[in-house]
Amino acid sequence: MTAPGAIKGGVRAPQRHDSGHKHVAGAATYVDDIPTPSGCLSVAFGLSPRARARIVSMDLAPVRAAPGVVAVLTEADIPGHNDVSPNAYHEPLLAEGGEVHFQGQPIFAVVAETHLLARKAARKALIEWEDLPAILTIDDAMAAESWFEPPYVMARGDADAALSAAPRVIEGVMEIGAQEHFYLESQAALAVPGEDGDVTIHCSSQHPTEIQHKVAEALGEPFHSVTVEVRRMGGGFGGKESQGNSLACICAIAAKRLNRPVKMRYDRDDDMTITGKRHDFRIAYKVGVDEAGRIQGIAFEQMARCGWSLDLSMPVADRAMFHADNAYYLPAVRIRSYRCRTNTCSNTAFRGFGGPQGMVAIERVLDHIAFELKADPVEIRALNYYDRPGGDRVTTPYHMEVEDNIIHELAAELIASSDYAARRESIKEFNAKSAVLKKGIAFSPVKFGISFTLTHMNQASALVHIYTDGSVHLNHGGTEMGQGLFTKVAQVAAECFQIDLDRVKITATHTGKSANTAPTAASSGSDINGMAVKNACDEIKARLTRFAAERWQTTPEQVRFLPGRVAVGAEEISFEDLASAAYMARVSLSATGHYATPKIHWDRPAARGRPFYYFAYGAAVTEVTIDILTGEYRFDRADILHDCGKSLNPAIDIGQIEGGYIQGLGWLTMEELVWDDAGRLRTHAPSTYKIPTASDRPDMTIRLFAGENREETIFRSKAVGEPPLMLGISALLALSDAVSAAGDGTVYPALDAPATPERVLRAVDHVRGRPWETRR
Amino acid sequence: MRDSLRFLLNDAPVELSGIDPRTTLLDWLREAQGLTGTKEGCNEGDCGACTVGVTRLEDGVPVRRAVNACIQLLPMLDGAAVTTVEAIAGPDRQHPAQAAMVELHGSQCGFCTPGFVMSMWAGYPDGPKPRAEVADMIAGNLCRCTGYGPILESGLAMHDLPAPDWEVDPAPALAAMDDGSLTLSGSGCTAFSPTTEAELAALVDAHPDAVIVAGATDVGLWITKRLDEPATLIFVNRVKGFDRIVETDTGLELGAGATYARAAAALGRLSPDLGELVRRLGSTQVRNSGCVGANIANGSPIGDGPPPLIALGAELVLRKGAAERTIPLEAFFLAYGKQDLAPGEYVSAVRIPRPADPAALKIFKISKRFDQDITATLGAFLIRVEAGSVASASIVFGGMAGTPKRAAAVEAALVGRPWTLETVEAALPAFAEDFQPMTDMRASAEYRLKAARNLLLKVFHESAETKPETRLVGAGALA
Repeated sequence: MTAPGAIKGGVRAPQRHDSGHKHVAGAATYVDDIPTPSGCLSVAFGLSPRARARIVSMDLAPVRAAPGVVAVLTEADIPGHNDVSPNAYHEPLLAEGGEVHFQGQPIFAVVAETHLLARKAARKALIEWEDLPAILTIDDAMAAESWFEPPYVMARGDADAALSAAPRVIEGVMEIGAQEHFYLESQAALAVPGEDGDVTIHCSSQHPTEIQHKVAEALGEPFHSVTVEVRRMGGGFGGKESQGNSLACICAIAAKRLNRPVKMRYDRDDDMTITGKRHDFRIAYKVGVDEAGRIQGIAFEQMARCGWSLDLSMPVADRAMFHADNAYYLPAVRIRSYRCRTNTCSNTAFRGFGGPQGMVAIERVLDHIAFELKADPVEIRALNYYDRPGGDRVTTPYHMEVEDNIIHELAAELIASSDYAARRESIKEFNAKSAVLKKGIAFSPVKFGISFTLTHMNQASALVHIYTDGSVHLNHGGTEMGQGLFTKVAQVAAECFQIDLDRVKITATHTGKSANTAPTAASSGSDINGMAVKNACDEIKARLTRFAAERWQTTPEQVRFLPGRVAVGAEEISFEDLASAAYMARVSLSATGHYATPKIHWDRPAARGRPFYYFAYGAAVTEVTIDILTGEYRFDRADILHDCGKSLNPAIDIGQIEGGYIQGLGWLTMEELVWDDAGRLRTHAPSTYKIPTASDRPDMTIRLFAGENREETIFRSKAVGEPPLMLGISALLALSDAVSAAGDGTVYPALDAPATPERVLRAVDHVRGRPWETRR
Repeated sequence: MRDSLRFLLNDAPVELSGIDPRTTLLDWLREAQGLTGTKEGCNEGDCGACTVGVTRLEDGVPVRRAVNACIQLLPMLDGAAVTTVEAIAGPDRQHPAQAAMVELHGSQCGFCTPGFVMSMWAGYPDGPKPRAEVADMIAGNLCRCTGYGPILESGLAMHDLPAPDWEVDPAPALAAMDDGSLTLSGSGCTAFSPTTEAELAALVDAHPDAVIVAGATDVGLWITKRLDEPATLIFVNRVKGFDRIVETDTGLELGAGATYARAAAALGRLSPDLGELVRRLGSTQVRNSGCVGANIANGSPIGDGPPPLIALGAELVLRKGAAERTIPLEAFFLAYGKQDLAPGEYVSAVRIPRPADPAALKIFKISKRFDQDITATLGAFLIRVEAGSVASASIVFGGMAGTPKRAAAVEAALVGRPWTLETVEAALPAFAEDFQPMTDMRASAEYRLKAARNLLLKVFHESAETKPETRLVGAGALA
């Protein structure tokens, strides 16, 4: 029974993750941990070893003859659509038309008694190939104009005129590498066949509704035949928004065909080879500034490597454009975007969804301006920020007004609390004395737009039951991938009903309970699902209020939900007794909730509108040390101030900020994906693809900016999933600053990403006037 | 001779016969035992999600070691106690590693968490350690969610919680299982696990095509990734004395089965830089399995052990049947994939002379990431300067050729000349005579050559009286 004062685990409480005690005991169940019904089979894909080729002949007899093989499936065995695309564009589940379009494309599927036997059999196909010309790189695609659509432009004002008139023009090109998600749990699905055409799917997916749709279409059944359940993922980061469709579909097809449960998980190397990554970009910029460094006009050419199929590349490339401004007012601007179609894996959603690439480019521009003007990069940034609300300089390149700008205050607070100015001076002194090691420091801000840019996706649904003992069953369309969404949303339900958090049962995402849902993506999880749950709770509360008022012969205004109890006039009744009494009076204790984000609209052809409900802000200062003989580096210190509005759960939010920063730092520094000249990915395992480890973490100070969301979001909080990733940009800029210190200050480092030790050494030698090139 | 495998699983005895000896511990735990708390993250020993505890008697005392279950083949566990995450809590409370992780928000998605918890469980008996050593303890565990801060805090804070009082001393049960050799056959594969070196020598001689398995940090991947199906395996981890570490005034003798973890301290006493290299080699889990001798025997051009050991003038003891021969380590590596090893012969021991000045050996391992990364290039320099002149130079690189290789031309350009910047700069072009490195996913040829030259410059910087700051990590690093 709750103390009368406050509930345990309401909003604002630094509540622990709901599954923490299970995580540490190995008791939290992931897809591959689910005890399978007897007779469960495993699937593996046979993969294309070629980037683009025609299948001259294919002999699958050795696959069928391999030990433990039950069935081998090709495109001809798919009863419905051979398609796993998350959009209207076609993307085959299994290679069709006798052609393959990237190394790693699934050609056939082996169903076998075990995962290992399926993997072994899948390598036994005898295929004769005829290689076809492949388009592998951004260079190849730009030369061939191999694009998914004509270049898309976002513009405001006359950028060319502004550039012509500007006192100084600075140009550059930045290469921005791709990033592997490296969720620790690789993609996985389990299909259990049921009666009639039904199938139940357990999978590791951020988008159960899309899995439901794709499986139904692959089976040729209506959507109601497919039920999808997701309790949790072992990490998602966007990599499980669309990339799990193939596994769920093939398992369902095999399960229906063989009438046995079928599961699949990608071996890590297969996962890294098959699935899409964060898009690599090349961004060319031309910026005109006045003598003080204030931007007059700017033009960007953004080239995104999308891969062989469209997947989510259109909105990803759009979001790179939406964040080409970051926190800066661009008086005359043109952003042209090329969506390059290449014979490589189909790049996909990844935390930030194109935003990070757009943002790192404008940060590079600001850094470049400061270098050329020999000004402090912080001052140049401050000169270019959007005005405070009410100012003149508040309109984005997509004609949305920035109404909630807090970057001035936030940046000033961080600059002071991180002791930036004094440290910059002491670094100068250190560098003057140190021949081999050089230090660098950099500040970077973040302004990130919150909402799906496809407006219709900004909706959520929920289902809430109160049982007659007063315990609550909570369900909504959001999925749990570690971000603490389930905990936060349960806190919302606890807060609404004023009951302790442990009275709220968190349940797996389930398409039969909360239907027609959006993916858990775009940082929207707690914003939209929290609101849908609140709406459901409010509906039940309204019924309980009406019931109580009637029963106690008073008005609804006299009914108040207090911690663990309900006051009706002068009387108090426990929450559970009220629930029980309402049931006896035949009042429904269940409700669905729905939420649609207000205010947003987007006219894509005109590139105008208000695509975002609001912006989330943050800033970071990072200090690094480099070795100018080897290019190695370490991250010494990071200070972060981040805006979560009025946080629903500060502990979880700080966890998201730290994890996002380190993931962003990894993307821009040590995480390097390497494809060879034949289009084969050479870094397809953690042995060769290096995400940060514990010792790469700098000393970190993370604080939440005191404030609240000016928009009416769930308890005035702000989304936190993606924005902190871009705080990691400060790490790249700090490396660049340290590289500068190796030279005489006349040559801009132009440090590209990922800034591996090799890239850093090359930049060091570049600023020292001893340039060298690599062959790759 | 037993034909069944015996070990303890979570304190309960297990006996297996007829099982495929190529089965990994991870697959067996998850698929045969339903112990799904141990996760598969990469299936190659690089992420640590499958970390379990393995306890054996070391010098009569039970010692916990964290290992990657995905590349432990079942016969390696004969006679050991295996502990999984499901079994470490007490009857009414969590292990301190678990409790700290829950309390401090150490898990987000939770998939890597059991592995972290088991690394911490294995390190717990060592007592509190500084933050940098906590990082070393978990360097073999990757987390993609947290950014590691709360996990590092948990590794520190777990020692503030009440110690477990429910754990059973496994020593008697471990001692009772130590009873001779094992031959395990299943699914067309035979595995031998001898307990004396004479038996080992006879088995290798009799089965020259057998795969010899020490820590399986390499062989494990042949099975899990290349999907090899070797017919005969010979395990060396239970051979008495094969893991010996004999430290004398004049040097160090390591049985070829001495793990990096057990040899680390002795190697660090030979040279601080060698100790630092071992700290960064693989991860705790890899060093707990991988052996110094095996790291040589597999002939890899990017093994981290050989370059410094060659620089120190180490020797290898090779054995075939009863016959032994001793060769310089340098002479062992003939060409890429080819070593001076006759059919039926194996690496028995490594003998490493103690350098007169431990600090004289300079070692630099360059990789994209400091911890648990495979070397792009590694340079080991033992340069002796007498009266201002280079009296001798032994410079050896890994990652620059098909084998670990001496920089003979560079050495020649230095020896007999005054130890000055002019001499060093004049020697730099000789690197291109010694090495024509390749471009791969770790680094370009140009970078490898450039970095190699710069490392010689760095050695020169480090010899200056002014003692400039030159190191980013490890002992002696910039504060």
